[in-house]
Amino acid sequence: MKANCWMGRQSVEVREVPDPRILNARDAIVRVTSTAICGSDLHLYDGYVPSMMKGDILGHEFMGEVVEVGREVRNLAVGDRVVVPFPIACGACLACQAGMYSLCENSNPNAWMAETLYGHSPAGIFGYSHMLGGFAGGQAEYVRVPFADVGPLKVDDGLTDDQVLFLSDIFPTGYMGAEMCDIKPGDVIAVWGCGPVGQFAIASAFMLGAARVIAIDRFPYRLQMAREKCGAETINYEETSILEALKELTGGRGPDACIDAVGMEAHGHSALYAYDRVKQAMRLETDRPIALREAIMACRNGGTVSVIGVYGGFVDKFPIGSVMNRSLTIRAGQCHVHRYMKPLLERIRNGDIDPSFVITHRMPLADAAKGFEMFLNKRDGCEKVVLTT
Amino acid sequence: MESPTESATQVTATPAPPAPARPTTPAGSRPATPRPATLPMHHRPADAARRPARGDARLADAIGWFSVGLGLAQLVVPDRVARLVGVETGTRGRAVMRTLGARELASGIGILTASSPGPWLWARVAGDVTDLALLGNVATEEQARRRRTAAAAAAVLGIAALDAVTGERLTRQPGMPQAARGIHVTRSITVNRQPDEVYAFWRDLERLPRFMRHLESVQVVDERRSRWTARAPAGLTVAWDAELVEDRPGELLAWRSLPGADVQNAGTVRFRPAPGGRGTEVTVELRYDPPGGAMTEQLARLFREEPGQQVRDDLRAFKQVLEIGEVLLSDATARPGAHAAQPSAPETVD
Repeated sequence: MKANCWMGRQSVEVREVPDPRILNARDAIVRVTSTAICGSDLHLYDGYVPSMMKGDILGHEFMGEVVEVGREVRNLAVGDRVVVPFPIACGACLACQAGMYSLCENSNPNAWMAETLYGHSPAGIFGYSHMLGGFAGGQAEYVRVPFADVGPLKVDDGLTDDQVLFLSDIFPTGYMGAEMCDIKPGDVIAVWGCGPVGQFAIASAFMLGAARVIAIDRFPYRLQMAREKCGAETINYEETSILEALKELTGGRGPDACIDAVGMEAHGHSALYAYDRVKQAMRLETDRPIALREAIMACRNGGTVSVIGVYGGFVDKFPIGSVMNRSLTIRAGQCHVHRYMKPLLERIRNGDIDPSFVITHRMPLADAAKGFEMFLNKRDGCEKVVLTT
Repeated sequence: MESPTESATQVTATPAPPAPARPTTPAGSRPATPRPATLPMHHRPADAARRPARGDARLADAIGWFSVGLGLAQLVVPDRVARLVGVETGTRGRAVMRTLGARELASGIGILTASSPGPWLWARVAGDVTDLALLGNVATEEQARRRRTAAAAAAVLGIAALDAVTGERLTRQPGMPQAARGIHVTRSITVNRQPDEVYAFWRDLERLPRFMRHLESVQVVDERRSRWTARAPAGLTVAWDAELVEDRPGELLAWRSLPGADVQNAGTVRFRPAPGGRGTEVTVELRYDPPGGAMTEQLARLFREEPGQQVRDDLRAFKQVLEIGEVLLSDATARPGAHAAQPSAPETVD
């Protein structure tokens, strides 16, 4: 089959690789119909996530048709159309039973690697380094899906791939980012990053009752999408001082909650930004936490900072004094996608939202390398690339 | 430096009373009084057990001071040290000598200040090997100074032997009974099942090798005795006969190896209900003499075959079989070596 493989820093290549096989009794093989490039794939692309190996198949946002099931899979049949959540979860451990699917205790065969970096291991993730399992990803014609009796969501009505594909990651991720803000009537929410996850965080914050959402980015086309499709007020940090502007927009209080939908490769203009770039380039810190620092400093006293942008390892100059002295709450996590899929599918069915608004580019899987390059460099107004097979 | 997991081992390790020339004492036959699962980090009883005998400690100190002296000399007067061992120094040679000096100084300080100097002595052994390699390099290219270099190499060999002997004696835990000497590992995992079920699953000993990849086979001989074969580092296997010395259903299994074992060992597996209905805490405590002593154990560590990691891997597999019915594989872990999508990988074989 054809699959998009990580070949080194800023290099991906669609190659001919062996077809996946059933390895465990609860596996299914899915023929991928639609798959997307995620912002977090760019961290892999740029070589900032440890334990990638040449040839690793990328992709953790995908859906398709079941073509084979293991002997223990009883809820799916060949021919079913499914959306697959990006964290791999067994459904039987304490974490899964508590609904913390991205912390599944049994889905990372390389847990020992993650333990050395993180202390404990989170769940395995499709196509996201050996440290998180060494699972082949879904930017491919076929993919093996472990625990197929737990994760995949059957979608058998008339909804299109474009409408339901993002249930695999970015819609639930944005939604969880807003949910972690514990929004109360009248709350003002600020969102750093107007990539696809940021857009869904904005839309979800409104769904959960936010009075106002202020979105921050530097690309006018992304800010425009946040304004026009999601109803946010926007600030371009290349033109305005964010901390000042947020204070002015909230009567000096600061936003009630701040969502970091940027993660480890943030941009900025301060001397501190230059410092972070140098340190990250020299591998003296793994992550550039510019957005996170700003979110903390901006948040109102006693507010919540919700982190859904991906971080890989360690950061410098973390403003813990601001967190501690101002009674901030930090909440974070890879999305527990499984618990959001059904309720959010209902919202799509009801017409509360049509997630396909983020798609700006469609191309065949064979053009994955072009898609990565466009998405990385924000060329041609690129917001979200969907690859079809 | 010790990794957190290693110090965790030390925290729960139990010092045994000095037992000079006593025959094998089955660890499992000690009264199995419940002990707290963890002790505060600052309480390190294992260190007390590991505290070297006075003679060894003095020797370690001497080696430490020697390291500090040599290190300083290499840093401050690299040229003179180089001439002494028959090496011509250029700018690069001087830099190499200073690097070696820094290393020497670090290991000296480590040996003198660490609460357990054993690992630092092993670091010295590794350093000695580097020195020999460098000297070997010099000997092949510098005809005239060979004699001096040979003398230096002999000196390094002597020091290496001293390092190794002292390291070996200090890494061993003096005063432990025979089977308990050497390696002492404690590892725990929580399984989302009731203690009775978890115990019963473990008690079926012949089933364990099916998912514990460090075990090759277990044959049950009778109610108490069984024959074990385990995979050792470097593709070797070790075998022993074991006897259950205690068997409390739903709570504990304790065993010891019988005379004639390739590796003398003893241990316990405890099953305790986790608080708040969180399943069962399974704790394996294992003591054994590694074949080849501390040296092979240090080498094994480099290849992730360190026993603490082995026990943790096997416990994780045990948890998976109970919770999800089998051991989960990923594309990269399904077969050894490169995975299917890698450019150099062979086609998959069905």
